[in-house]
Amino acid sequence: MASEAATTTGVHADAFRRFTAGPVERRKALVERLVACLLGGVTVLLVLPLIAILTTLVAKAWPVLSWAFITENPQTYMTSGGIWAPLVGTFYLVFISLAVAAPIGVLAGVYLNEYAGENWLTRLVNLAVVNLAGVPSIVHALFGVGAFVLFAGFGRSVLAAACTLAVMTLPVIITSTKEALSAVPQSFREACWNMGASRWQTIRTIVLPNAISGILTGVILQVSRAAGETAPILFTGAVFYVAVPDRGLASFLPYGLLDRCMALSYHLFTISTQVTGVSDALQYGTAVVLIGLVVSVNLASIAFRVYLRSRKRW
Amino acid sequence: MVTDSVDPHIAFQNVSVSYGRKVALDRVTLEIPRHEIFGIIGPANSGKTTLLKCINRMIDFAPAAKVVGRVFVGGDDVYQMTNVFGLRRRIGMVFPLPVGLPLSVYDNVAYAPRMAGLTRRDELDELVETCLRQAALWDEVKDRMQLLGTRLSGGQQQRLTIARALSHRPEILCLDEFSIAVDPVTTMKIEDVLLELKQRVTIVLVTNLVQQARRLADRVAFLNDSRLIEVGPTDQIFSEQPAERLTFDYVRGHFG
Repeated sequence: MASEAATTTGVHADAFRRFTAGPVERRKALVERLVACLLGGVTVLLVLPLIAILTTLVAKAWPVLSWAFITENPQTYMTSGGIWAPLVGTFYLVFISLAVAAPIGVLAGVYLNEYAGENWLTRLVNLAVVNLAGVPSIVHALFGVGAFVLFAGFGRSVLAAACTLAVMTLPVIITSTKEALSAVPQSFREACWNMGASRWQTIRTIVLPNAISGILTGVILQVSRAAGETAPILFTGAVFYVAVPDRGLASFLPYGLLDRCMALSYHLFTISTQVTGVSDALQYGTAVVLIGLVVSVNLASIAFRVYLRSRKRW
Repeated sequence: MVTDSVDPHIAFQNVSVSYGRKVALDRVTLEIPRHEIFGIIGPANSGKTTLLKCINRMIDFAPAAKVVGRVFVGGDDVYQMTNVFGLRRRIGMVFPLPVGLPLSVYDNVAYAPRMAGLTRRDELDELVETCLRQAALWDEVKDRMQLLGTRLSGGQQQRLTIARALSHRPEILCLDEFSIAVDPVTTMKIEDVLLELKQRVTIVLVTNLVQQARRLADRVAFLNDSRLIEVGPTDQIFSEQPAERLTFDYVRGHFG
């Protein structure tokens, strides 16, 4: 067919005979190059702000960045010293909120993906999950005040703030769990059911082991979200300043569940807007630690995902 | 009872299945005798797979599927059974595309016995070897039992699927177009296995390959457009004069 076409149509005939590009091919190649440049350019644009932010932050924070900055408490009305108390507070909030949200979210995701049939109730639940994910964090904060601070009687405390963060991260954990589960081929489940395995046996032995990487990635990514949010903890448990030990073992357990705590995001907010006489370097230093925390958690989750994908079993 | 043949292993009585508005099976009445290879042929979308799914109630998992009529396995009405897991263990199923579970070869075959509560290592070892031998796969995998089932070739995975279907010692083995993803040599190996297995188990063989049914089956049922057109001994179905004109046209390749 090709040779026939080559002998009968002029332009293409030349192209076929000499193996050189005709005008159509040349145009195609040009467009191809333009599209590649455009897409590449946009991608670079994406990276630029991140690099700019990171370099500015680190450059401006350089004078205060030291080990002592991390391990010491704020001093002299927060105009000097380090960020130990808010850093530990953030760790507290993140871990307690995940301890609450991860089991509930994962179990709900398993139910929605593996057990729930297609009916109006599950559609309603799915709709609720999607909408919960879209609720602004300040609204979560007000909900937290009503539900945890007042109704549950936690008062303004680590527990109330962590629960508020948990409610905020729950929908994303549910969604990522569902996605990870639905990535496991349906044929695996049917093979197991055909051999007389129950739904739960199938989930326990086949589905969960193969979805766990996706589920954990979803959970880990919520660490950075919980660490960065200020609004939900503002009314529910974060405090302007609290004196906690920064030496010895006691410095790792400075807060009780019902104590109020400092937190990095809120601390950054107060030293940049509420307290006078704080050096720029101190503010930028706090931002660097906060961003460093988020970035390192994200990197850890990426590394984890790469590791698990290398062991992917089908 | 519609026919009076003695002790059918599987019996369908006036079974209709619909998915929403789509009718998949229309008033099928059929009896499958013990220890035979029972071929089911018919064009695509004629209801063959649906028929199989009724036997072990996998149809329960199909959303919106509505089943009317009664299905008996060994004389028991499958819809009266409370232990559906037990029912499924009495029946081995093999589907068109091989599914190696993401477990080792050994664990693939040991899966069903373990889920049924068998834990003793020596019994499992013996069972796994027997099933793999029956599925004509043992020689190829005996030195790499820890290899992932999903890493085997397509034909090996299909034989692994058959080994798995035999692992819960079923009394019935259903195969749904098992040879689609398998090379001819492997197909022949599996066919030999089936001929040997029928001494002990009843085999229901759904196939698109009319000649395969002719080679293996003792009895053949012909489904078309959700209806059972004809059922009879293989010789009769493939003779110059089957009871129905439609059957003749189909097995001669005039349609479908």
